[in-house]
Amino acid sequence: MTYSLREALVAFRRAPLLAGVSAAMIALSLFVVGLFGIVAFNIRKVIEGVEARGEVVAYLRDTASPADVQALRHELTGVAAVREVRYVSREEALQVAKEELSEFSAVFGSLDSNPLPASLEVRLKPNQKGPDVVRSVAQRIGANPAVEEVRYGNEWLDKVFLLRSVAATATGVLGAGFAVVAILIIGAAVRLAIFARREEIAIMQLVGATNWFIRKPFLLEGLMTGLLGGMLAALATWLSYSVLTNAVFTVVWIPDSWVVGGILTGGALGVVASWIAVRRHLRVA
Amino acid sequence: MISLLHVTKTYPRTGDAVADVSLTLNKGEFCFLTGHSGAGKSTIMRLIHMAERPTSGEVRVSGYSSTTIRPREIALLRRKIGYCFQDFRLLQDRTAAENVAFALEVTGAKPQVIRTKVPRLLAQVGLASKAEALPSQLSGGEQQRVAMARALVHEPLVVLADEPTGNLDERATRGIFDLLQHINQSGTAVLLATHNLELVRANPDVRVIELDHGRLVYDSAAEEVRS
Ligand SMILES: Nc1ncnc2c1ncn2[C@@H]1O[C@H](COP(=O)(O)OP(=O)(O)O)[C@@H](O)[C@H]1O
Ligand SMILES: [Mg+2]
Repeated sequence: MTYSLREALVAFRRAPLLAGVSAAMIALSLFVVGLFGIVAFNIRKVIEGVEARGEVVAYLRDTASPADVQALRHELTGVAAVREVRYVSREEALQVAKEELSEFSAVFGSLDSNPLPASLEVRLKPNQKGPDVVRSVAQRIGANPAVEEVRYGNEWLDKVFLLRSVAATATGVLGAGFAVVAILIIGAAVRLAIFARREEIAIMQLVGATNWFIRKPFLLEGLMTGLLGGMLAALATWLSYSVLTNAVFTVVWIPDSWVVGGILTGGALGVVASWIAVRRHLRVA
Repeated sequence: MISLLHVTKTYPRTGDAVADVSLTLNKGEFCFLTGHSGAGKSTIMRLIHMAERPTSGEVRVSGYSSTTIRPREIALLRRKIGYCFQDFRLLQDRTAAENVAFALEVTGAKPQVIRTKVPRLLAQVGLASKAEALPSQLSGGEQQRVAMARALVHEPLVVLADEPTGNLDERATRGIFDLLQHINQSGTAVLLATHNLELVRANPDVRVIELDHGRLVYDSAAEEVRS
């Protein structure tokens, strides 16, 4: 290991610019992914908040008969995703409104008639709160003639999902593009290092060093370049986050495990790039 | 220990470098490999070193066969084969001692083993006092001695010496030849490729194999001489 490490470090000193550019390209690739990580993580937080409620509210027509309502309740209780269906009468709704909106209790109290409709509050099972499930349940309820309107807070959720998929696509394209460039540059760096060490490599093969031993310094060089790139990306992402979160809007920082995962991804990218270059340029007997 | 069985090596452009050669080198044997330039001497050595695979036929070395040997086994086999060249192939930016140590280092020897072995090997080839010299500060004969010390780091079964005296004057040639004989006396087989016929004639007791255009045309150890 000491030999490989020394040789890998020598390679950095021999071509510091190339090593720097390699690391920067990996950093750029992962920085894009890091920014997306922040967006995705925050969107996920919002969605989790909405999902935690996991609730669909069906406002009933005043004309709906108790038998209609009972039939609907019965139907919904039979749906697999539904945990609980609660009937909220018009009186109860008014009562809740008076309690929750005490400032307006005077207004409500002075009304001759109750303006609020009766409703069914449908709670979903904990593992059935995904957007697709919520939407399909809501559509099913909405199709019932006794129901006037369905609310499930998804009007804007759809927009959030759209935003996320657009961001994911852009990130995928940009991140992959930079990753390919990074692989090519690391390949060039490794090729240069192989060329600079061709005499040593020939002697190593002559005296019986294993292929693994001969390749190790180059893989190590790739690993270190990649880890360096990963750390630069984490730093750049964090700086962008710090600037954005106070000036524009409040977002949460991604979990530490994502940061570590990103840095390790950089290392893996570097190793893969060197491996490809070593396979191509290091002729073994 | 080393056998070539009907070995042919064909290169795409130049044709047969070695054509249907069969020979055996026993443990501890000393043997000249002669022939004109381009006769196939170096190719035979590369075949024994498994740096080339025969186009047809089989090379067997120390229990390994060219038909089945795996890359990792090639590396291990090479530790049992010392190799010297006409042009020495030393690393120019390393001292004599470092060149010898390098062969140990890259095959996983421990530092304390390297520390004790390197001075011993340099002493064995008569270069104890030149350990810290760079190749550029050494004569041709001295550089070849460093290369031989490097070839001996793993107590090889055989030393393949490919025209080791080709670049050396008469005195240095004598010295290298004596050293090879000395190495041979301690049980290591030596295959010495040379077109120095004087050297061959001066040592009539030594086995001689002669190649001509890739064919084995004479083997002093064999009863019959092929045409
Ligand atoms: N790598 C190679 N590619 C093509 N031809 C080669 C190669 N190595 C050797 N040869 C040819 O094989 C023949 C034998 O070469 P070599 O074994 O080096 O001979 P010697 O060492 O006896 O001078 C020569 O004709 C040479 O041109
Ligand atoms: Mg030759």
